[in-house]
Amino acid sequence: MTTTFPPSSSAPPASNSGGLMAWLRKNLFNNWLNGILTVAISAMLVWVGMSFLEWAFTVAQWSVIPANWQLYFVGRYPNDQYWRLWAIFGLVAILSGLSWGILARNTAQLFTKTALICLGLLGVFGVIMPAPLTSRLLFLGAVILLAAAAWGGRQLGHSVAGIGRWISFAWIASFFVVMWLLAGGFGLESVSTGNWGGLLLTLFISVVSILLCFPMGVLLALGRQSSLPVVRLLSVLYIEIIRGVPLIAILFIGQNMIPLFLPQGMRPDNVYRAILGLTLFSAAYLAENVRGGLQAIPRGQMEAAHALGLNPALTTMLIILPQALKISIPAIVGQFISLFQDTTLLSIVSILELLGISRSILANPSFIGRYWEVYLFIGVIYWLFCYLMSIGSRRIEASLNTEH
Amino acid sequence: MTPTGDREERIPIWRDQRFWNIAFQVLALAAVILLLTTLFGNALRTLQSQGRQFNFDFLGNPASFNIGESVIPYQTQDPYWKAFLVGLLNTLRLIVVGFVLTTIIGIFAGIASFSNNWLVKKISQVYVELIRNTPLLLQLFAWYFGVIFGLAGDQPRRLLRAIFITKRQGGGVFIPWFTGEPVSLTSFGLLIAAAIAAVVLWRWRIHVMETQGASGQPQAIALAVLGIVSIFLFFFGLAWQFPQPTEAGGVTGGLRMSLEYAAILAGLVFYTGAFIAEIVRAGIQAVSKGQWEAGRALGLDAGKLMRLIVFPQALRVIIPSLNSQYMNLAKNSSLALAIGYPDIYSTASTTFNQTGRPIEVFILIAATYLTINLVISLAMNSLNRAVELKER
Repeated sequence: MTTTFPPSSSAPPASNSGGLMAWLRKNLFNNWLNGILTVAISAMLVWVGMSFLEWAFTVAQWSVIPANWQLYFVGRYPNDQYWRLWAIFGLVAILSGLSWGILARNTAQLFTKTALICLGLLGVFGVIMPAPLTSRLLFLGAVILLAAAAWGGRQLGHSVAGIGRWISFAWIASFFVVMWLLAGGFGLESVSTGNWGGLLLTLFISVVSILLCFPMGVLLALGRQSSLPVVRLLSVLYIEIIRGVPLIAILFIGQNMIPLFLPQGMRPDNVYRAILGLTLFSAAYLAENVRGGLQAIPRGQMEAAHALGLNPALTTMLIILPQALKISIPAIVGQFISLFQDTTLLSIVSILELLGISRSILANPSFIGRYWEVYLFIGVIYWLFCYLMSIGSRRIEASLNTEH
Repeated sequence: MTPTGDREERIPIWRDQRFWNIAFQVLALAAVILLLTTLFGNALRTLQSQGRQFNFDFLGNPASFNIGESVIPYQTQDPYWKAFLVGLLNTLRLIVVGFVLTTIIGIFAGIASFSNNWLVKKISQVYVELIRNTPLLLQLFAWYFGVIFGLAGDQPRRLLRAIFITKRQGGGVFIPWFTGEPVSLTSFGLLIAAAIAAVVLWRWRIHVMETQGASGQPQAIALAVLGIVSIFLFFFGLAWQFPQPTEAGGVTGGLRMSLEYAAILAGLVFYTGAFIAEIVRAGIQAVSKGQWEAGRALGLDAGKLMRLIVFPQALRVIIPSLNSQYMNLAKNSSLALAIGYPDIYSTASTTFNQTGRPIEVFILIAATYLTINLVISLAMNSLNRAVELKER
C-alpha cells in the first residue's frame, strides 16, 4: 500500500514475457517495503488457512448440515408433497434453459467454457449432496433438463421469430402455476405458508417482493419527478419517510399495525404481511435508483417526443422510461440484492426463512454450539445467489449497451 | 393548438392538459386521504372496541423491565420515557463510535484496492465481495455467536496481549483505556491543544512558503518537536490502564464493553466499511487520469500524489455517497435487537410488548430514526460544502 497507480483503461496490455518471476517481482516485491508486506500477509494467510483447515477437519461437526438437509431447503413442507416442489424446480429449470438458449442464439457458442464449468459444478453438487438417492437423481435430471432446454431454446430462437415475447409470457404464466403448486387448492392438497420454510421461503418472499416493488418504485420515481406539485409532494413524503426508518420498524408495522388497520376479523397471513412490509420498504429505495436514471435523460429527449406529438403518458412510457431503466439497471439489481439479503430480517419476526430455520436448528439441543458450521453453510448459499444476481446484472448491462 | 385567429375554437376540456393536470392531482390526493382515513378509522375502531386510546400518557408509567446496560442510572421502576432515553443513548453510543471506525476501515480498504501489491489488492477485493454479498444479520450472528462466544469463556482470555474477554456475569470485552484522573485529563487536553497548534503551524508554514518564498524550516522543526511531545504525552501522560484478571476470575481496569456491544459494533463497522470502500474506490477512479499524470509530471511521489492531488478531488465524489452509508449504519443499528443489545428499537419493542400500543411506539421509533438521519444529513451537507469545488 506504499504506492498507488491510477485506474488505467488505456494502459498497454500486461506483457506475458518474463514468466512467474517477473510477475512476482512486479506485483509483490517491487520495493523492499512491499516485499516485507507481502511476506507478512502471506504468513498471516497461511496461518489463517491452516487454522481453518484444522478446525474444519478435526473440530467441526458437519453432521448438522446433512441431518437437516430438507429443513434448510424447504422447511417443514410435507414430505409426501415434495413432488410439487420438484415439479416447480423442473419448470424453472426448463424456462431458465429456454431463456438462456434464446438470449444466446446469436453467440458463436452456446456451451462456453464458463457455462460448462457451471453445469459441471451443478452436476457435482447433485452427486455429492447429502440427500436421498431419488433427490439426487431428480436434481441431476433438472440439470440435464436445463442444458437440453438451452439447446432447444437456441434452435427455437433461430427458427421462430419473436420467440422472446413468448418466453416472457411463459415466465408470467409459470408464476401462477408455481403459486398453485406451492400453496395447493384446485385439486391439490393445500399447504399453509406456515409449513413453507428455508431457502424455498426466502426465494418465494424475495421474488414476490421484487415483482411487487418494481412497478411501485417506478411509479414513485415518476411521481417524484412529476411537474404536478401534489403528486410530487406525496411521493417525496413517502420516499423520505420510508428511507428514514429502519426496515425492522417497517416490519413492525407489518406485524403489529396492519391487523389494526384492516377491518376487524381480517388478519392476513404472517408471510404475506412480511412481503407487504418488504415491498413498501424496497419501493422507496428503488424509486431513488430509478430517479437517478430519470435525471440522467437529457431534456432534449422529452422535447423531441413532444415535437413528435406524443402526449406525456406516451412520452414517459416509450421514450423516457426505457432509457432511464437501462441506465439504472446496476442500481436496481443492487436493490434487489439487498432485498434478498433483507429477507433475513424476517427471522426476527419468527418467519422460518433460511436464517430463521437455521436459528431454530441451532436451538435444537442436539446441535447446540454448531454455529460456524451452519452459518458458513447458509452464508455460502446467500453469497452464491447474490453473486449470481450481480453477474446477471453485468450481463444485462452489457447486452443493452448500445453505445460503441 | 396555437390560436390561429380571433375566433379561436375552444379546446374540449378532455383534451386540455391543464384540466387533466388538476384533475389527476385532486384524484391522487383524494385517493391518499381516503386510504389513510380508512386505515386510521379501522385502527381507531379496533382500539375503541378493545377499550384502548391513542395518547402518550403511558410514557410516565413505570417501565418495570430491566435494561442490560445503560450510561445513565436506570432502575426498573423508572418511567417508560427514561427507558427510551437509555435506549437512545445506547444507540448513539453505538453509531458514533461506528462512524469513526467504519470510516477508517472503509478508506483503508478503498485505497488498498489501488495498491500495487497484488496481495493487498486482492484482500481488499475479497473483503468487499464477501461482505457485500452476505446478509448483515447473518454476519451479526456470526460475530456474536461465532466470534465473541467462541472466544469468551468462563475464564478471562487474553487477546493481542492487552485485551481480555470473558462471559461471566459483568463480563465483556476489556480494552486498555486511560483513567479519568486529573493528570490523564490534563494530558488529554494538552493533546487536543497540540493538534490545534499543529494545524495552525502547518497553515502558517504553507503561507510563508507560498507568499515569502521562505524555506519553512523553523515551522517544520516546531512541528517535529510538537509531534515528539505528543507521542510522549500519548504514551505516558494519559495514564493508560491495562485490564488485569482478578483472582476471582473477573477482570478489572480498562474500558469494558459488553459482549453484545462488541459484536454489533464489529458487525456494523465491517459491513458498512465494505460499502465505504467501494465508494472510496469509485471516487478515486472518478478523478481523471490527467490529474495523476500532471501530478507525476510535477515530480510528486505516489504518497504525495494521492494525498495532495487525487484524494481531495475524490472527496467531492465520496462525501455525498458517504452520507447514505452513515444513515444505513444508523438504521442497521436497530438489528441490535437480534442479539440483545438494548438500543432504542429494542427498548421500544419491549415497551410495545408490555403496553400494547403499536401506533404510539411506532411514532416514537420513526421520529427517533428520522431525527438521527436528519442530523447526519445536515452534518454531511455542511462537510460537503467545505470540500466542494469553489467556482468563482
